[in-house]
Amino acid sequence: MTVADRSMAPSAPSSELPLLDIVDLQMHFPVSRGLFRAPTEFVHAVDGISFEIAPGESLGLVGESGCGKSTTGRMLVKLLEPTGGSIMFRDRDYERDVAHIKGKETKEFRRRVQMIFQDPYESMNPRRTIFDTVSEPLAVQKVGNVPEREQRVLELLRLVGLTPAENFLFRYPHELSGGQRQRVAVARALVMNPSFIVADEPTSMLDVSIRISVMELMAGLAREFQVSYLYITHDLAVARYMCDRIAVMYLGKIVEIGPTEEILSRPQHPYTRALLSAVPVPDPSQKRTAVEIKGGVSKPVNPPPECRFIERCPFAAEVCRTNPHPPLELRGDRHYVACYRVDEINAAIAAAAG
Amino acid sequence: MTTTKDQGADHGAATGAVAAGSPASDAFAHQPLWKVRLALWRRSLGKTWGLFRENKMGMFGLGLILLFACMAIAHPILMATVWDPKIYDPVTGYSAVELQFVIVEGEPTDPSTQISLQEARLRLNPTVKVGQTVTIPVQPAPPSLKGPNPHLLGTDPQGRDILSQLLYSTRAAFFLGAVAALTTVLIATTVGSIAAYFGGFIDGSLMRLSDLILLMPLLPVLILVSALFEINMVMLGLMIGVLGGFGGVAIVLKAQALSVKVKSYIDAARVAGGTHWHIVLRHIIPNVLPLSFLYMMFGVTEAIAIEATLSFFGLLNVPMTWGIMINTAQNNGYLLSGTSYWWLLFPAGLAVTFLCFGFFLVGRGMDEVINPRLRAR
Repeated sequence: MTVADRSMAPSAPSSELPLLDIVDLQMHFPVSRGLFRAPTEFVHAVDGISFEIAPGESLGLVGESGCGKSTTGRMLVKLLEPTGGSIMFRDRDYERDVAHIKGKETKEFRRRVQMIFQDPYESMNPRRTIFDTVSEPLAVQKVGNVPEREQRVLELLRLVGLTPAENFLFRYPHELSGGQRQRVAVARALVMNPSFIVADEPTSMLDVSIRISVMELMAGLAREFQVSYLYITHDLAVARYMCDRIAVMYLGKIVEIGPTEEILSRPQHPYTRALLSAVPVPDPSQKRTAVEIKGGVSKPVNPPPECRFIERCPFAAEVCRTNPHPPLELRGDRHYVACYRVDEINAAIAAAAG
Repeated sequence: MTTTKDQGADHGAATGAVAAGSPASDAFAHQPLWKVRLALWRRSLGKTWGLFRENKMGMFGLGLILLFACMAIAHPILMATVWDPKIYDPVTGYSAVELQFVIVEGEPTDPSTQISLQEARLRLNPTVKVGQTVTIPVQPAPPSLKGPNPHLLGTDPQGRDILSQLLYSTRAAFFLGAVAALTTVLIATTVGSIAAYFGGFIDGSLMRLSDLILLMPLLPVLILVSALFEINMVMLGLMIGVLGGFGGVAIVLKAQALSVKVKSYIDAARVAGGTHWHIVLRHIIPNVLPLSFLYMMFGVTEAIAIEATLSFFGLLNVPMTWGIMINTAQNNGYLLSGTSYWWLLFPAGLAVTFLCFGFFLVGRGMDEVINPRLRAR
């Protein structure tokens, strides 16, 4: 997708300006080929994606490992410098393209964004107490003095359900369970009152029994504080619970994006169909038309100008090979699909079903 | 509390009201932060000590080190109270112990009680005869408890008390070990952490420098340096520290720092807005430090052994060390005398061996505390 396709970019649900407006975001990692040779090959981890996130909205980024969803999340919190594209960030008193900011500007931007990490066992320094961990953003941004920070941390620990909070303040991470740690991670993410949080599979490492409570906590806090989430996950059930909209990524491209229920009930891209048909249904009598895909994800090193999904698509045709990767097109209520053969596929599946 | 959003403040008031009813059961609540930190530090130290105690070898090593520490402390006390500086000073003291010998024909079978006729005539007067008992002042004198000024470990070939020299040198060994080990750890931790965190050109140049120093043979270099310049204990300690710190230890600590660098709490600190120095100082170094302390222990061992070697060659400008004690024996031709002059060689040699052994065992014990995988369970 190019900047010219801006008009086709998926729009936010409300009429107000989006919090994040991402246009043609790219991350091409060079493949090192020795000390003195300039790299000629690039891994197109994220290859020109565009989307918007409204204030208070949570967007689910779904895809299999290696599709670039974590890379996207890391670019949005400036852990990675994008190789191309723009990230327009609009807060109340803040409006700028943050894709290529540096130094002090990045530090200023980071007062407004946070990230929750996948592994609660690695996202906290084992040598620092919970107070140190949660108050770190306040300390590095020089907000308040120590007693004020302590009050703020206590307040947040209560908010995330770690009570009595005084008992947790000077514990070490290893004294806490996985679920408690992830609650601490949520507290740390909220301590600066951010407008936007990237959550990189925050519940995938947790026990199923505590997963739902952490998800409930995050969803509740998002509503309460008007925080927008980019919720990265490979689990459609989690995305359904957490997200207002879902974007499906495949090999560095968004192949389908739309409201959660729309995507889950009326998937149109063959990859989304395959993902959904892989979700087990606890009802043996229900008949489904399964979309089978074969093989694995190929490496996106200098990809040829054709549909990214062509190798694994059961509906691939000549048009998919001769044209570049299809742009996102509107196919329903704020529902965008990147596929040349949507109509043919719909017809074929309808015919098969009967 | 300045908050970027006012909802946070509202919410804080609401939860604060709820929390007022909950009991503050934790002992740390409502205490100044430094007191809490001190208590936490003591608690973690206590835990580490508890783990270390279970390690018998480590405890034996610690016992050895404490023994040597007592020896080091004992010397100035003994000099001030019991020992006469004229006789017992490790460098300038002198006493010739008068011993009785029986003159025998030919080679004496027991050199501590017998003397050959030729030697007796040479040292006393040409009139002495075989079978006579004579009194001769000797240096080196063997250990004895007799006399007004007993020499428990005998005297050296210049009539100086071996025990006094041994105790005096212990202090020097500790001092050198401390200087060298601290320098090593300071440099290696900084170099390793910075190289691992920043990577790229900084990493490349620091690591090539480390390779270079690692390849340099430490002892010959130090021999060369001490032959060219007059070096004392502090300089030697610093040199061993710098060379050791830039070499192998820096590479090991860099590997540890690399494994810390990829943890997501580093990313979390970056997202929080932490500067590079904040991350290196607050996250990387604290997690590398336990391994640094381990290498500090091995660094002490190395420094003491190197010092003994250099002063054995007489290359150090120091009054007295264990190496100089052996050097004295060597210069006077007693090094190859076997066990008949054992008090000239064994006290110093064993002291070097056991102090190094002690630090090594403590290092091993710490290793088991730091690497839970090594713990025998």
